[in-house]
Amino acid sequence: MLSNSRFVIRSLLIILSFIATWIVLTASAANERRDLKNLNPNTNLGEESARFAAGLAAWEQVYSVLVSPRCINCHTATNYPQQGDDRHRHFANVVRGGHDGQGVPGLHCVSCHQEVNADSTGVPGETNWHLAPLSMRWQDTNDKPLSSAAVCRAVTDRARNENMDGPALLKHHQEAALVLWAWNPGRRPDGTMRTVPPLPHAEFVNATRTWVDAGTPCPKESSRAR
Amino acid sequence: MATYQLNVNGQSKKVDVDPGTPLLWVLREDLKMTGTKYGCGISACGACTVHVDGIATRSCVVPVSLIGNRKITTIEAIDQDPVGRTVQNAWVEKDVVQCGYCQSGQIMSAVALLKATPKPTEQNIEESMGGNLCRCATYVRIREAIKSASQRL
Repeated sequence: MLSNSRFVIRSLLIILSFIATWIVLTASAANERRDLKNLNPNTNLGEESARFAAGLAAWEQVYSVLVSPRCINCHTATNYPQQGDDRHRHFANVVRGGHDGQGVPGLHCVSCHQEVNADSTGVPGETNWHLAPLSMRWQDTNDKPLSSAAVCRAVTDRARNENMDGPALLKHHQEAALVLWAWNPGRRPDGTMRTVPPLPHAEFVNATRTWVDAGTPCPKESSRAR
Repeated sequence: MATYQLNVNGQSKKVDVDPGTPLLWVLREDLKMTGTKYGCGISACGACTVHVDGIATRSCVVPVSLIGNRKITTIEAIDQDPVGRTVQNAWVEKDVVQCGYCQSGQIMSAVALLKATPKPTEQNIEESMGGNLCRCATYVRIREAIKSASQRL
C-alpha cells in the first residue's frame, strides 16, 4: 500500500515537472516572438529574426570595445577613474567630483589632461576629459565589468544615456571626441604606445550600425553573463 | 626648438625651447622662477602645481606647446590675488611649513579650492588636497590653515 502511494506521488511529480517545463519554454518562445514583432511588425518574421540575430552578434562586438580599458576606465561605478590596461585606480587620489565628472577644484581632470595627448610626458588628452556619469557605469563597485546584457540596457536606456536613440548612439560612436580618442590614445610615460580597443574604429561603427538597424536588441541576462 | 610667448604672472615671457618641454622646466630653467618645485615628475605629488587660466595644473606633465595664450600664475605672484594673500597669511599664522619643499604646490591647490569653494567642507578639503603629498606630514596644519583662510573669505 505504502509503495503504491510512493509510486503515485512520484508519477505526479514527474508529470508536474513536465508541465512546468512546457509552460516555461512556451512563454520564452512567445517572448522571443513578441520581441521580433516589436522590432518591425510589417516585415517578414524570418528576415526580422535574422536581423535580430545579426544585431545581437553585432552588439557583442560593440560590447567588446566598451569594456576595453580605453573605454571602461572612465565608466566606473566608483568615485574614481581607472588607468592602465590592468585598470588600476587612478593615482594621486583623483576623484570624480560633481555630476560632470571633471574632478574637483585643485584636482580637475584638466589639471593634467590637456586637449591633445602629451606624448612627451605620457599624459593622454582630448577635449573635455572627464568621467562618464554614474548612470553610464559599465562596471560594478568592485571594478568588475558588467555583463553584456547589463551594459546594453544601460546604453539603450534613454533615461540614463543622455536621451540618445539608436541613430544618436551611432553618431556618438562615429564622432564623439572621447570615443575617437580610444583609437588614438597616445604614448605611455615610458614612450610605448597605449593599447587600443579590440576592433578598428571602422568595424566598431559598422557593428554599431548593424545593431542600431536591428533595433538595438539586448541579450538576455543569462545568455552571455560575464 | 620653437619660440613661445607665455603670459606668466601678468608678464609676457618669450622662450625658445623644445615643444615637448614640460612647463615646469620652462619656468625653472628658462625663466629662473624656482618657486615651483620638481617633485615626482609624473603629476603624482602636486609639488609643481601652478594655475593655468585659474585651473590648478601639474606643470611637470604639461608640455609648453599646449599652453597657448592661457594665463599662468605661479607661487611668486599668488600674493597679488586676495584669496592667495589670505591663504599665504594663514600658512604663516599656522606655521604650516616644515621643510617647505611641497608647500608652493600645497598653497596653489588650496587657493584653487577656496576660489571655487570659499567655505569648503572636510570632504572638499580632503578631495581637493588629496593629490598634494607632504613627506613631512604637515597635513593637519595644512587643513587648519585652509579652514582659517576660509573664515576670512
